[in-house]
Amino acid sequence: MQENTNLQLAKQALLLPTGLQESDIHRVMDQLMTGAVDGGDIYFQASHFESWVLEDGIIKEGSHSIEQGAGVRALSGEKTGFAYSDKIELDVLLNAAKNVRAIARQGQNRKLAVASGGKPAAQLYAPLNPLRSLQDQEKVDFLHRIDIATRQLDTRIEQVIVSMVGVQEHILIANAGDSLVGDVRPLVRMNVSVIVEENGEREQGSMGGGARSDYSYFLDEDKAMSYAKEAVRLALVNLEAIPAPAGTMPVVLGAGWPGILLHEAIGHGLEGDFNRKETSAFSGRIGERVASSLCTIVDDGTLEGRRGSLSVDDEGTTTQCTTLIENGVLKAYMQDKLNARLMGTQSTGNGRRESYAHTPMPRMTNTYMLAGESEPEEIIASVKNGLYAKNFSGGQVDITSGKFVFSASEAYLIEDGKITQAVKGATLIGNGPEVLTRVSMVGNDLELDSGVGTCGKEGQSVPVGVGQPSLKIDSLTVGGTQV
Amino acid sequence: MQTQEEIKKLEAIIQESLAEAKKQGATDASSGLSVDTGLSVNVRLGEVDTIEHHTSQGLGITVYFGQKKGSASSTDLSPKSIKETVSAACSIARYTNKDQYAGLPSADRLATEFKDLDLYHPWQLEADAAVDIAISCEDSARQFTEISNSEGASVDSFSGLHVFGNSLGFLQGYATTRHSISCSVLGEKDGNMERDYWYSVVRNQQDLESAEQIGKKAAERTIKRLGAQHLSTRKAPVLYAAEVAGGLIGSLLAAISGSSLYRKSSFLLDSLNSQLFPEFMHIYEQPHLLGALGSAMYDAEGIATQAHDIIKDGVLQTYLLSSYAARKLGMESTGHAGGVRNLSVQSGDQDFKQLLKTMDTGLLVTELMGQGVNPVTGDYSRGASGFWVENGIIQYPVEEITIAGNLKDMFQHIVAVGNDIDYRGNVRIGSVLIEEMAIAGE
Repeated sequence: MQENTNLQLAKQALLLPTGLQESDIHRVMDQLMTGAVDGGDIYFQASHFESWVLEDGIIKEGSHSIEQGAGVRALSGEKTGFAYSDKIELDVLLNAAKNVRAIARQGQNRKLAVASGGKPAAQLYAPLNPLRSLQDQEKVDFLHRIDIATRQLDTRIEQVIVSMVGVQEHILIANAGDSLVGDVRPLVRMNVSVIVEENGEREQGSMGGGARSDYSYFLDEDKAMSYAKEAVRLALVNLEAIPAPAGTMPVVLGAGWPGILLHEAIGHGLEGDFNRKETSAFSGRIGERVASSLCTIVDDGTLEGRRGSLSVDDEGTTTQCTTLIENGVLKAYMQDKLNARLMGTQSTGNGRRESYAHTPMPRMTNTYMLAGESEPEEIIASVKNGLYAKNFSGGQVDITSGKFVFSASEAYLIEDGKITQAVKGATLIGNGPEVLTRVSMVGNDLELDSGVGTCGKEGQSVPVGVGQPSLKIDSLTVGGTQV
Repeated sequence: MQTQEEIKKLEAIIQESLAEAKKQGATDASSGLSVDTGLSVNVRLGEVDTIEHHTSQGLGITVYFGQKKGSASSTDLSPKSIKETVSAACSIARYTNKDQYAGLPSADRLATEFKDLDLYHPWQLEADAAVDIAISCEDSARQFTEISNSEGASVDSFSGLHVFGNSLGFLQGYATTRHSISCSVLGEKDGNMERDYWYSVVRNQQDLESAEQIGKKAAERTIKRLGAQHLSTRKAPVLYAAEVAGGLIGSLLAAISGSSLYRKSSFLLDSLNSQLFPEFMHIYEQPHLLGALGSAMYDAEGIATQAHDIIKDGVLQTYLLSSYAARKLGMESTGHAGGVRNLSVQSGDQDFKQLLKTMDTGLLVTELMGQGVNPVTGDYSRGASGFWVENGIIQYPVEEITIAGNLKDMFQHIVAVGNDIDYRGNVRIGSVLIEEMAIAGE
């Protein structure tokens, strides 16, 4: 049987240079799966990363890094033993296996052969190497071109920073009793940020995008310049902005990136680990109504080329589209293997880790709300006095109390059904389990974000996507200064 | 001593990388290497949850071809990998532009004195013993009947070796340790859950707060939050509890750091020698404190660190500059590549209770959420929870509110800094009372 390309490529990148044989992986697995260990894996990873930064009109910095190593994990009941090393060497891995299996001391030895081959997952991205998709000279020429064109957009532009990052990861996962799984993951990210100044007042604007692709992604359809134009527009809007109001009011969220609200307010609370431990405000609420019937929310790791997508997750499980909330009713949590087993269900392909040096956890992929039926204009027109939040910077949630917060980077007052004055410094705060029950209109304009999201959980960062149509929340607290 | 031998080995790798850079044509280079090992144990509901063994290493090298710069890093320290890493950095430097401000620091600023700052106290901690400590910590929290669930207790112990060198002949290394215990527990009241935590982090394991005490504090903090209410929108005085007050100083430090200044992305441009705070405010840096978490004899470029007044009588005394930022601003490096080291905010004579009295009626903030700080304008709006205070006495917990203002204005209107200092972080500060802020709620 012919092995799939990704597995072959991953073996070439991870085993060939280190001299490790597949039979060695079996030996480590046998060492690991002794005693009462009831699951385990070895995660090999090699990651090549580069970044280029243009500032003050010159290519000021560039960096290149290689990280590679292997993480060995043993699972026993609710217990996890974990060790990792930067060295992919047999004796190091055997020692790691011996260390981590100590979490389970009693029980029969179990020998599980690691099968080879198996059904490959659908490939959602080509095994590209972004670092080689352009010559270095072409990369720096490209950044210069964007810088010059950006500075021509407006005379008030004081400072332009353009950055571009490319990563290629080779991943090989050996699971107890299962076949080896390989993946080759490209990821590119670009950002343009500007500072504008007028009459001594300064403001910043920043916009970017990214995908599981190579740098050609930014050259297509002039994407890079669209980021630049958007960054300048945001900065100029904020230059005109007045302080935001303080208090509770109707809030209309724009389409696309504002879906970060779903990620923070809802998504984290639906991750399997918190629900297995019953520490989430959503614990034990499957089948209950947690949102208005207009809301259907999915986590979809299978979108082609998106930043949050994965052909297989970091435990080797094929990703899927999981319906979390359907017409307002809570349907499912997002699971990795450990939490799925402990909750008597299946992994949903959400087992993710930052690198070989971290343990997997249930994490989101691309999380978004499906489109509704309202025209976006109709939604704005329905609000007498409120806030229109079109863009956001970061957010945060306390999954136990359900409280979430996020900061608008572009917001306007709505007065008599019309968008009027831009406001700045609007932070929104609410309660996850409540906020979606107050959704009274959902737009027909579903958009996914431009590919910039990075999610942090317990010190681990992973790329994610978010999205939503325009939607109206009947009341939400806006934390401005104008009391 | 074994660590000295290890450091010598790493110094040899640094030398090798610097020599390789010269060989590949670089005019100058600097190189840093860290090796960390550690153990992390987490228990939950009296059982082991995770045991993690850490071992990681990384080499980072920066090369200069005249004033063109390139950087590269790798986790592989083999001679072959070092060559490739240097070559990757050199290859990048061929494409970066000449930057007239780029380069190594001036040789006369490099540290020459290397005192032992008492930062290395290895803890011979086996996983079983760590589990026992974590369990006793969590048990002490779970003894409270109001505690209904737990995220667990953790014990962490790390040792690191850090070596840095450059082509001006600087080559130094030192060892550090860092040990911590933390606990996070939940309570429930009227169907609403709350969670809070407490932790201790130190260089020397003997200085750790006791596991039982940490568990007890985590439980007490959670219990106090139960039954939180909402507040109506209003203006009121705000008291930042010591454990969250450091964030205010963090915003100050970001705004006076060189990169924010030369990018003009700071709300404190041209503020050197300006009265940013009331006259009673004094903020100073002590980089050579023995055994402290932030201590070091030299900064990230090898420049000697020194004690500084950052704010004196409310007036800004210095920016925080690396060599690059300094050249760009036409100033001298202040030895702050990599940030400040052990900052203290001088306290007044009021303890926490007296501060509550001074505030009389207002908001005590014990937790902040979100990133709502605009570094360019100083506009500030963050999610908060804490307690409503009347007549100097805590009345009830509050949550789902925001506090907002502008940092420039907030700094000017600090009324008092308490002597209830939180010594755990790089910024040592007591509770901070601000005259008035906008509170958004129902």
